[in-house]
Amino acid sequence: MMGNEFMLDIARIRADFPILNQSVNGKPLVFLDSAASSQKPLPVLQAMEEVYRYAYANVHRGVYRLSELATERYDQARAKIARFIGAPEPECIVFTRNATEALNLLAYAYARHFLKPGDELLITELEHHANFVPWQVLARERDIVLKFIPITAEGVLSLDALEALLTERTRLVSFAHVSNVLGTITDPAPIIQRAHQVGARVIVDASQSVPHMPVNVMEMDCDFLVFSGHKMLGPTGIGVLYGKRDLLEAMPPFLTGGDMISMVDFDGPQWNDVPLKFEAGTPAFVEAIGLGAAVDYLSALGMPAVRQHEQAMTAYALERLSEVNGVRIIGPTDSRIRGGVVTFTLDRVHPHDLATLLDAEGVAIRAGHHCAQPLHIRLGLNATARASFYIYNEPADVDALVEALYKAKLALRR
Amino acid sequence: MQDLYREHILDHYENPRYHGTLAQPDFTHEESNPLCGDRIRIDVKLCHKDGRDVIANAAFTGEGCIISQAATSMLLEDVVNKPVDEVEQTDPQHVLDLLGVPLSAARVKCALLGLKVLKTGIKRWKLSRQ
Repeated sequence: MMGNEFMLDIARIRADFPILNQSVNGKPLVFLDSAASSQKPLPVLQAMEEVYRYAYANVHRGVYRLSELATERYDQARAKIARFIGAPEPECIVFTRNATEALNLLAYAYARHFLKPGDELLITELEHHANFVPWQVLARERDIVLKFIPITAEGVLSLDALEALLTERTRLVSFAHVSNVLGTITDPAPIIQRAHQVGARVIVDASQSVPHMPVNVMEMDCDFLVFSGHKMLGPTGIGVLYGKRDLLEAMPPFLTGGDMISMVDFDGPQWNDVPLKFEAGTPAFVEAIGLGAAVDYLSALGMPAVRQHEQAMTAYALERLSEVNGVRIIGPTDSRIRGGVVTFTLDRVHPHDLATLLDAEGVAIRAGHHCAQPLHIRLGLNATARASFYIYNEPADVDALVEALYKAKLALRR
Repeated sequence: MQDLYREHILDHYENPRYHGTLAQPDFTHEESNPLCGDRIRIDVKLCHKDGRDVIANAAFTGEGCIISQAATSMLLEDVVNKPVDEVEQTDPQHVLDLLGVPLSAARVKCALLGLKVLKTGIKRWKLSRQ
């Protein structure tokens, strides 16, 4: 599946995304911010509407038919998502609000419970704030030593440095599978193997990988993996924590209340089985069902084809952007190790001015630090511009971006 | 699309007025916009005129987008020689009027960073005198 061929039938896919068929500032919308949040296809919207219209009642409660219907679909969604990431059983899938909440769940219910003062926790320089701040808070609160795997000049993780950073005190390693800024795809297996050799557990932040490429938790042998539904055609408000079952069972609950107990009397509660132990209160089950529909949609396209399409888009964007005088690409320039995220700067133009000028041309990109301020400090940059791709983007979108860049340069006399 | 980046705004960006630092300012304040990393520092020198504290001179340095830097340049041009009490009451809309271009909500924050720095600086200076 190498090469730069465009594998997907984009015209057919775009027909499922009516939102893309609109004008912005009198220009056709060119949406290049899917790394922040993706658009949603009709089958996802329809799946959720159908529940609300015909099959809605609270799950795990009623003995009546409507509640059973909703519960069945919720369980089916969990099973679909388990299959999608190669999890051994649906019970390994905990629904959360998003990847951020999943990481916080792990910080509270795993790390605060199993890590002791002086233990070491390893993250990387390129993490999103979601995989940064919870550990900084934990480190401060519990005297845990937080260390950072550095990036090389090319923007990939330094595995040599990893060797020096791993010690017998390392209890937890958490890293992004794909960087939301540099686009760097990190091969998780070697890091996970080395971490396991020193007895550390490993969390993979798959927010930018599960939506875009085949991911198999059994093959990579991670202990935990997190991602958000809204970045992969699903609705907002639903995310996933995958965990090895024995670990999930050993962990105390995160939030407490209804649905997460098996029994409560005046002496106290008994916890429900996993994964419900971690799903206190009425869950976002309609959103979970929507995410299940998103997984169906992606599976029908085939994740290898999705990845190949994005790799081709990335290669094309890297090539076209490098033609523009003053553009500097941030991160790897080899599309084989770069997800569909192309971050860049334009000489003497602040990314916010650039994003405003591109918006005037209908081109939606992200500008700022993309919730990765430590990485920007490391890169010595205040802010960057980012174009990111998904299944509904086509080479013409990159052409529109480049054309708008030239217009922006002209407007700003750069 | 040139609307937002009209000649006078680009001019203030490229040739900012009151740019730099002051040797002995009465107060200095600096803030940044955490979302976009825009940063502005303003030095202010005061004098006494007709029994009021008046901004005798001001200077700013910073980095950030055209809107944040141009708006600060226009603001300082506007406030020098004005009484501190009056400047402290500046309506944010006044800065937007100085820019004279329509701004989206996200960009209003850029335009008002300089005013925020100046107002906070004045507040702190007043507190320090009490």
